Amino acid sequence: MATHTDGVVQSDFESTGDPVHRTRKTAMWIWLGSEAFFFGAMIATFLLYRNTTDGGPGSEIFNIPFTSASTFVLLMSSLTMVLADNAFQNRDQRQGRIWLIGTVLLGLTFLAGQIFEFTEFVHEGLKMSTSPFGSSFYMLTGFHGLHVAGGVLLLSLLVAFSFRGRLSPDHGMNVELTALYWHFVDIVWIVIFTVVYLLQI
Amino acid sequence: MAATTTTHHPTQKTYWLVAVMLAVVTAVEIAIPYISALDSVRAVLLILFSLVKFITVIAVFMHLRWDLRSYRLYFLFGLIGALAVFMVVLATFRAF
Repeated sequence: MATHTDGVVQSDFESTGDPVHRTRKTAMWIWLGSEAFFFGAMIATFLLYRNTTDGGPGSEIFNIPFTSASTFVLLMSSLTMVLADNAFQNRDQRQGRIWLIGTVLLGLTFLAGQIFEFTEFVHEGLKMSTSPFGSSFYMLTGFHGLHVAGGVLLLSLLVAFSFRGRLSPDHGMNVELTALYWHFVDIVWIVIFTVVYLLQI
Repeated sequence: MAATTTTHHPTQKTYWLVAVMLAVVTAVEIAIPYISALDSVRAVLLILFSLVKFITVIAVFMHLRWDLRSYRLYFLFGLIGALAVFMVVLATFRAF
């Protein structure tokens, strides 16, 4: 049972002592570290080609207010995710499920915004093949979008498991690992939003 | 029960406060490019605010502040590697 002291919760649900849990969590952190390598290379590639527009559109077509709204949505999905994780750790299945569904909906909203943004850019003449700028932009933001889509899929599976009663408190590690992945996707977007969008206008 | 030891996590109230802080920082970030008086320090401010958000999410939402130190090291190794890859790519193509 969780206890509250001085603004922090002592949880007996999530273990740092159980070797299986610790191994799985270690594996997740190592994998997230390797993902940082991947996105580091992608962001560097974008910065290399940010001015290589070959006469096509460049960063002037970015719709900062729209992308800001998408950023806000993804940021809030991190809140709903951590609340879901917290609820499952406190063995509150109902609350946990509600926050998980909220996270799925916010993730889908972000993806819908990205699809809309890409469609607008293509209409304005920015395609993958238009220029190195276009290729590196779509590769970076597209791969991030794929990561979000993967996260939405994982979260949806967790929601389905919870409805079937297969997300018992002892399977809380599944929620926690998915939460780590989801927050990682969020921090990658924090960097992309600053480097790709805000620093280019 | 699988657990054998306890871990410390923030309360729900802390999570909400951190989310409000992140939203405010994001709002400030969005405003910065439109304030011409800040043009000379724009890049520095944006990178600084981005770093604050990045570290806050990792520390609070990902619980790294309270979790095992080894997790911090694994992820730090990844971040240092990412930074190295970033610099090598830019240096290879003589971007600076």
